[in-house]
Amino acid sequence: MSNSIKVALIGNPNTGKTSVFNQLTGLKQKVGNYPGITVEKKEGICKLSNGQKAHIIDLPGTYSLNTTSLDESVVVELLLNKRNEDFPDVAVVITDIENLKRNLLLFTQIKDLKIPTLLVINMADRMVKKGITLNIKELEQKLDTRIALVSTRKGTGIEELKTSIANYSELSTEAVINASHIAPEYFERLQKTFPGEELYKLWLVITQDVNFMPLEKDRLQSSELLPTKSKAELKRLQHKETIYRYRFINNVLKETYRVDPSAAKGLRASLDRILTHKIFGYLIFVLLLLLIFQAIFDWSQIPMDFIDAQFASASEWVKNSLPPGVFTNLLAEGILAGIGGIVIFIPQIAFLFLFISLLEESGYMSRVVFLMDRLMRPFGLSGKSVVPLISGTACAIPAVMATRNIENWKERLITILVTPFTTCSARLPVYLIIIALVIPEGSVLGLSYQALTLMLLYLLGFATAILAALVLHRVLKIEGRSFFMVEMPSYKLPLLRNVIYTVVEKTKSFVVGAGKIILAISIVLWFLGSNGFSYEFKNAEEIIAERIKNEGFSTYSKAFMNDKLEEYSSGDQLSDDKDLNTGVTHSPKVSVEIKTRQLQEAAKGQEIASYRLEHSLIGNIGKSFEPLVKPLGYDWKIGIAILTSFAAREVFVATLATIYSVGNDEEETIKGRMAAEIHPDTKKPLFNLASGISLILFYAFAMQCMSTLAVVKKETNSWRWPLLQLGFMTVFAYLVSLITYQILH
Amino acid sequence: MILNNLEVSVADLRPGQKGVIKEFGEGEIPVKLLELGCLPGNLLELVQIAPLKDPFYINVNGSHIAIRRDIASRIILEVKEDSTV
Repeated sequence: MSNSIKVALIGNPNTGKTSVFNQLTGLKQKVGNYPGITVEKKEGICKLSNGQKAHIIDLPGTYSLNTTSLDESVVVELLLNKRNEDFPDVAVVITDIENLKRNLLLFTQIKDLKIPTLLVINMADRMVKKGITLNIKELEQKLDTRIALVSTRKGTGIEELKTSIANYSELSTEAVINASHIAPEYFERLQKTFPGEELYKLWLVITQDVNFMPLEKDRLQSSELLPTKSKAELKRLQHKETIYRYRFINNVLKETYRVDPSAAKGLRASLDRILTHKIFGYLIFVLLLLLIFQAIFDWSQIPMDFIDAQFASASEWVKNSLPPGVFTNLLAEGILAGIGGIVIFIPQIAFLFLFISLLEESGYMSRVVFLMDRLMRPFGLSGKSVVPLISGTACAIPAVMATRNIENWKERLITILVTPFTTCSARLPVYLIIIALVIPEGSVLGLSYQALTLMLLYLLGFATAILAALVLHRVLKIEGRSFFMVEMPSYKLPLLRNVIYTVVEKTKSFVVGAGKIILAISIVLWFLGSNGFSYEFKNAEEIIAERIKNEGFSTYSKAFMNDKLEEYSSGDQLSDDKDLNTGVTHSPKVSVEIKTRQLQEAAKGQEIASYRLEHSLIGNIGKSFEPLVKPLGYDWKIGIAILTSFAAREVFVATLATIYSVGNDEEETIKGRMAAEIHPDTKKPLFNLASGISLILFYAFAMQCMSTLAVVKKETNSWRWPLLQLGFMTVFAYLVSLITYQILH
Repeated sequence: MILNNLEVSVADLRPGQKGVIKEFGEGEIPVKLLELGCLPGNLLELVQIAPLKDPFYINVNGSHIAIRRDIASRIILEVKEDSTV
């Protein structure tokens, strides 16, 4: 990286900064986190025309260097710290032609830090429509920089930008404004106290709101030579500085930037009238939500069934074509089953992120915030809580991170605490499989009972989140300065490329993140399930053979065989049933006998497998855990699944898949296998209405997600909130499930 | 028709009305608002009020932003108003 140019992209939100980043780097980008915090860090490599490489960082969007949030402080921290490995050789400030005036505020601040700075004016394609003319030559002179006029939509100007980046050493590093004008005496003292430091940098360190560079700040404030200023005084100076900068910008633009007001006012006014209308506004929002749910539950079913089938046949293929042995079993039963359980979510998650990114890119999301703010406030939430709550239906992790733009700490904290109640997609597989098992088929008003149940669960998720918010609003005694503000960007047709990048990026990080946990757990489970030290485990085959000889098959096995035989005798397979080995067609009677023998073998195999599992290591763990979950209507296997799915809910199905298929010869779908489970005490199906509903409700309310806890810890900067959340949600879920089961059964 | 210069806050405007920002009333005004161009001397238009009478959607200096009533009532404008309305 030593001979590549380090470039930082900086700009206000909604200026198309990420589009510029995408066009510069193409697919050669990497998304990670800044160390210690969950602010997304996007980096990429761009090849410049002269063969040089540029290492590009896309910094979080910010309106100025006066930070109020963690995201913004990342920008300032990087620009102030020359020792940072990412400290840019050149800062590229991205602006939007329509909002050039206010975008330039940030530009003048960065320029004052004496970093070589390039100006990109984006959305040049809108100039004609908006009647804007620009004198670039003069503007370059007045701002003492190079300007690239870019349209990411049309893909123009990017090559010129690359050339300017390559020639960054020609850029001037002079400030355009002397900020010390706002308080000459104070700034003079400041410079005298710290003669070696850059003056504007000192000023920024002193005025930061966010707990930023605490050490340096302490050093500055403890200096006796420096007259201390109160917070209010500093704020007043910041106001003054802003006004001062605007005066400069206005002067610059007066001669170089013209708008012909007769040019159409555009789409904004008419669209706003409909989208924020007191009736149509809400109606359109509800319809959009319905469309999103339709996509998640209906349209994604097709790719999901396909994925399911692929994994089933892959598992079969591995078993049949690889030599039997430990490794084959691990691959087919541990790893493939586990990975299949996560890959199946891809369609749903992708759909959700597709819609969210479309709504955000188009500018519609801000209108939702505007519409919903007053409605959410009585619950201690903000209009901006709507986005996290909707995102929460995909995954709580990005949702918790999406709370960052909520200015009021109390509103933000409440949003973070209640978001995990919304029905995230990791709950879906649990819900879907149990609904299929315990909710009868049939329909009312054209809606199937099963679909209706699922819808109710979504509503339950939202309702719980809102009610919990209300309680927290009453209970939490936090006074926060509230200055809600949301920008209403102009409507834009979403750029397909940006949407695709977002969908791919978010889906990938979900699958990889969850996939790692699931993979690890699957392997551990498989190991624990196929090993044991007890006498029973080691001699399972003899014990079961003995038992069948003495007592016959278990009640369940008998019923199972009868069912299969009936199905077989009544079907049309009889006529063309051939013995596979000899190719001879048997008479119906002989063929039924053969089938019976096959079925008995299979039943015996199943009984052995289940006996062995019960006495394996995992069986021992589960058994000791059983008393706790028995009152909820579960057996030790479900107990194990609950335990492992504490890491992530979707592990539940994967765990059961692993537990049930360990040592099982017949490849069955997991659903069929679960339906076949019987309760050891009642001898009735284990998954019945009472235990099923109890289980569903447990997953609706319990925290069951390590990654969310980790994110909440990072975002709230303390263990207190995630632990509180974990404790409350788990206890609440346990009690609800307990009551439900005891009433229903 | 009599034209008067009235001093009102943003919270008193009707959608579509405009005024020049004169000063800020009691209470804190976030620096962020100023950075977006909400500065004394600039023209401010109330674009729309949300259905439940809050927040306020304003256009100032080309920035379209929504703010809550508490802040809106602190921005004092000078409005050229037709007092016969």
